[in-house]
Amino acid sequence: MGLDFGVVPGYLGALSVGAGWTVVITVLAGAFSIVAGVLFAVGGLYGHPLIRYPVKAFVWLFRGTPLLLQLFLIYFGLVEIGIDLNAFVAGVIGLGLHFAAYNADIIQAGIVAVDRGQTEAGRTLGLSRYQTVSRIVVPQAVRDVVPALGNNMIALLKDSALVSVIGVAELTLSAQLAISKTFRPFEFYFAAAVFYYVINLCLEAALSRIERRMEAAR
Amino acid sequence: MSTTESEMAGNGPMIDVKNAAKRYGTVEVLRGINLQVRKGEIVAVIGPSGSGKSTFLRAINNLDPLSSGEVWLEDVQVNKPLTSYQYERHINRVRQDIGMVFQHFNLFPHLSVRQNITLAPRMLKRLSKQEADGLAEQQLRRVGLIDRIDFMPSQLSGGQKQRVAIARALAMQPKVMLFDEATSALDPELVEEVNFVMRQLAESHMTMIIVTHEMGFAQDVCDRVLFMDGGMVVEEGSPDVIFRNPSQERTRSFLRKHLKGRN
Amino acid sequence: MDVELLLRVYPFFLEAALVTVQLSVLSIALGLVCGALGASARLSQLRILRFVGAAYVSVIRGTPALIQLFILYFGGPQIGIQLDAFTAGVIGLGVNIGAYMTETIRGAIIAVDRGQTEAARTLGMSRGQAMRNVILPQALRLMIRPLGVNINAQIKGTALVAAISVVELTYTAQRYIASTYKPFEMFLLAGMIYLVIISATGAAIAWLDRRVAIR
Repeated sequence: MGLDFGVVPGYLGALSVGAGWTVVITVLAGAFSIVAGVLFAVGGLYGHPLIRYPVKAFVWLFRGTPLLLQLFLIYFGLVEIGIDLNAFVAGVIGLGLHFAAYNADIIQAGIVAVDRGQTEAGRTLGLSRYQTVSRIVVPQAVRDVVPALGNNMIALLKDSALVSVIGVAELTLSAQLAISKTFRPFEFYFAAAVFYYVINLCLEAALSRIERRMEAAR
Repeated sequence: MSTTESEMAGNGPMIDVKNAAKRYGTVEVLRGINLQVRKGEIVAVIGPSGSGKSTFLRAINNLDPLSSGEVWLEDVQVNKPLTSYQYERHINRVRQDIGMVFQHFNLFPHLSVRQNITLAPRMLKRLSKQEADGLAEQQLRRVGLIDRIDFMPSQLSGGQKQRVAIARALAMQPKVMLFDEATSALDPELVEEVNFVMRQLAESHMTMIIVTHEMGFAQDVCDRVLFMDGGMVVEEGSPDVIFRNPSQERTRSFLRKHLKGRN
Repeated sequence: MDVELLLRVYPFFLEAALVTVQLSVLSIALGLVCGALGASARLSQLRILRFVGAAYVSVIRGTPALIQLFILYFGGPQIGIQLDAFTAGVIGLGVNIGAYMTETIRGAIIAVDRGQTEAARTLGMSRGQAMRNVILPQALRLMIRPLGVNINAQIKGTALVAAISVVELTYTAQRYIASTYKPFEMFLLAGMIYLVIISATGAAIAWLDRRVAIR
């Protein structure tokens, strides 16, 4: 059959829209995963046992099972309990929860690393336990783990391709739509790969800027 | 006896460094150093940190290649101009004749004391296991650690590690031994056991070049002392002259700082 | 929780789990080969090999594994590579994890102290002899744990081949979710099997790591 990249330019617009959605999904799921990761980390360390153990179980379960399986659970499971989310929301929540489990683990390690003396200092000043954790410990821990969280965001970008499997219209799915019209899988998956590669480069550059700035702010 | 032997072995020096120079970019680390070491002679190289003395020592076995100049071991040029493939074979052969002891010992942590010593003789000199073991035992007796032969490096003290490192180098039966601040990384109470081994080695007429911070040791053991500063040999002479009556102001000021509080 | 349903379907899940294990073992083995070659290339004396190694790592790590798998499986026939889904899965996943393993192996080799090479070279060993006898034995011990992280990720990563219809654990779970409308049960069943595989592998790696630790 051979290769003919001449078919690609006609679909660049559609692919670019798909790439835009990939960026949107990555940003939304990334933000969600960090916020939820902090909550899980704090809940797993300091929470009431009724919170702590379920959180630990969730993190264990979501770190130990494939993202794709989790996406199926969330996409079909939420419908099952009467919440009819569209694929986009399910995809963002699925990606977000999956990476929240990984982020929680990293942030917990960061909290444990700063804790000791800082907690004592905070409590000595008369801050409450909650104030000490939220104002003193967590901000430092999050800053310490920025590089590791950044790596997770890069992984998230690439794993966002998986939400195409539950029908979210992003870059991979837009390539598949083009393929269904042209029957040229190699060319369009290759084109999608180039888009991903470029987005990835931009994300890496942005993350290293953030890291440098945080390093300078110390 | 050693004098007659060395005279019989030929007229040339054991080590001959001619006009050694080294640059990193625009920084000149070595600026034309000459040194001849006779067979059985023990030379100390002293000087402030950053004076280039370690770089100079590491140039002798080409761990840090020179930018220009020549290094000879007897009648073999160590840094012979060859294609990189030929040079690789040449230098591997030459290095077997030049033992080196490092500041941080560099014992192989995954190998026992015995294996540390026998690895290179077995691999490079094709010694049988028995021959190599015999050699290891002989060298360990020499450094007083025969009872540690089946220990792992992590089970040894710093001083013991360095003595094993000396035994490992000696097992290759080198013509020259280079010591790169062999006692600088040791706790003070462990320095003497290593010095003791080096003294013994000196008495057996091993040719040695010793980069050191220990002025007392250099004074006692060495035949000749080189004082280096700024990549040059500032002054050179017998220990008596260098330590008691140096002619250069830079030598005097260095020694003032380093001998202070010693005597 | 529909226990009766779980009891009825679990044999099919176990069968599918066997495929997941096969995919894991084969792709990890291929990944280790790619990783060893990649690391050798990245540490080579030859600039061209270093470039090839760096390009491999950058391209594979810079794009989604799913896309790589699709290019191989769906795009392959266009350039004369016709593979069944399982084989495409093994190759795609193996080449993908190989890029990550390249960096793990390279990192472990670099982490061995410079003085070790110097000591070996000073005794007269060639570069290759020093690498084989002194550096690699130490690097191997350093790389077991981080390779364990790669392996753990890869076991979960095998789920991707569900997207090219290889009947492994995730694909099976998806089919049963669609046919039984019991997503939680199916998720838990498949999830527990993944966790067992991952925990067993993790324990094996920890055991290996302790076994070879330098005393």
